[in-house]
Amino acid sequence: MSAITAEGLVKIYRTRKNEVRALDGIDLSVDEGTVLGLLGPNGAGKTTTVRILATLLRPDAGRATVAGLDVVAQAQQIRTLIGLSGQYAAVDENLTGRENLWLFGQLYQLSSAEARQRADELLDQFELTDAADRVVKTYSGGMRRRLDLGSALIGRPRLLFLDEPTTGLDPRSRLGMWDVIRDLVRAGTTLLLTTQYLEEADELADTIAVVDHGKIIARGTADELKSQVGGERIEVVVHRRDDVGRAMEVLTRDCEGDVTLDEHTRRITVPARGGAQTLVQVVRHLDELSVPIDDIGLRRPTLDDVFLSLTGHAAEESGTESGDRGKAA
Amino acid sequence: MTATIARPALAAGGIRQTARDSLLIGWRNLKRIPRIPELAIFAILQSIMFVLLFAYVFGGAIPIPGGGDYKAFLMPGIFAQNIVFAAGIAAIGMTDDLQKGIIDRFRSLPMARPAVLIGRTFSEVIYNAGILVVLMASGVFVGWRVNELGALVAGFGLLLLFAYAMAWVGVFLGMHVPTVEVANQAIFTVLFPITFLSNVFVPLQTLPSWLQLVAEWNPTSTLTAALREMWGNPNPEASTSLAAQEPLLVTLGWVVVIIAIFGPLSVRRYRSISR
Repeated sequence: MSAITAEGLVKIYRTRKNEVRALDGIDLSVDEGTVLGLLGPNGAGKTTTVRILATLLRPDAGRATVAGLDVVAQAQQIRTLIGLSGQYAAVDENLTGRENLWLFGQLYQLSSAEARQRADELLDQFELTDAADRVVKTYSGGMRRRLDLGSALIGRPRLLFLDEPTTGLDPRSRLGMWDVIRDLVRAGTTLLLTTQYLEEADELADTIAVVDHGKIIARGTADELKSQVGGERIEVVVHRRDDVGRAMEVLTRDCEGDVTLDEHTRRITVPARGGAQTLVQVVRHLDELSVPIDDIGLRRPTLDDVFLSLTGHAAEESGTESGDRGKAA
Repeated sequence: MTATIARPALAAGGIRQTARDSLLIGWRNLKRIPRIPELAIFAILQSIMFVLLFAYVFGGAIPIPGGGDYKAFLMPGIFAQNIVFAAGIAAIGMTDDLQKGIIDRFRSLPMARPAVLIGRTFSEVIYNAGILVVLMASGVFVGWRVNELGALVAGFGLLLLFAYAMAWVGVFLGMHVPTVEVANQAIFTVLFPITFLSNVFVPLQTLPSWLQLVAEWNPTSTLTAALREMWGNPNPEASTSLAAQEPLLVTLGWVVVIIAIFGPLSVRRYRSISR
């Protein structure tokens, strides 16, 4: 059964001068107990999609359901089932961690005692017990984000929306966050996650939907998307310009696919189906010809590669998303 | 983790839930005061500064028609001015919450819809009650007196009632500006003339007659005049208009009108915010 569905969602932001189609017909379906990753650059429409599904925003066209309930007509019922954690940690800076959780628990309509007990559990789960009675203003970015996620979990929601849960976190905090999210999914929570990082979607999501300019331009598992992009590549930077020709010959022979050259940086790129094996072969052959190299390596496809191959343009920022934050104010 | 929590009852509203959620929001707003004491301290210092500047710098130069002590004339006006500025504090609080995303969190929870606004307006009243007590003490210090305790309590109540109405103005303004900085500017631009185009600092007799009429009906003036009348402080009436003759009645009218306009407008704005 589908925990989340969306059909033809459209959202238009009008300003005095122009209008921006933040969403231009989004279709989605997330099965119960699975994780959908919405992958896309800033301004693609990820946040707008989440805000509509979490009942914060009304779509201009299309319809969506969460747990079988309509996001417009049955918004209040949906709010009893979901948890939302956004890219800006929406916790009260002037309250302590414990007070925040207690407040949100009570507003989730738990009794005071239940809210207090649940707050203790979450503080423990997110390793915030030591900081529990400190004002949030003194928390680090990672701690705030964990508290924000804890606040979203206060009512044990069946469905969780996480909008860029690791944006702005340092690598260690990011890994910690991934562990927490994986535990939640294991416990059966349905999750819709947005991210700018292919790696993150790859780690956490069962299915990935790639969003660009308010449309879903591809969907599938991480492996499916990567094979669409063409898998791994070998990149070589030769030391001398004179060697470029010889190096390209080697790469053409050892690998299948188009060899591309960036003249300026002397960087040669080629798809490598054989992965590390092919890399070893290329290194050996270049060495036999005594071609000095500055750099060589196997590159895995990135979000940029996915975008490049799907849209022909890089995943640059277009700023619509920041526009809809402004709208919220 | 396996213990089950009863599903929250479908939160459609209901008076009990609205009251409970509003109290929680009010508690949360008031927690801010001891955590950022500078806010309250500067608000009080600013008012005391006004008292001292006007009482001792301008006081001697402003004669009260019909006689009377300028300081006794001034203090009710200072209280009224503070209460009008309650709108500003409510507006800044509201804008801050919106900007920081807390309102999004509230809106994603199954809480009573108007609780954020009701909690905000009531916490402003409590905050203002605290500020007023300190101001009244400083008033007594410069020589302001009230002729009876009952009148003092009634005046205090009137000030808080007015603060409640102004908080709705603030909440409404706060939802229409993008940032706290703009909120600050907007409030200064709107509230400053409202408090100065009034009888707070000068008797209205000194104004040109057309302006006198505007100033007389200004809610800040009717509130001030009502307080002066209640407390037996000098209250020179500039004209025989209803606003000058029945300031208490007109002030209560203002309270009703302001809430009737800004209450529903604010609720509507909150519902549709960022849609």
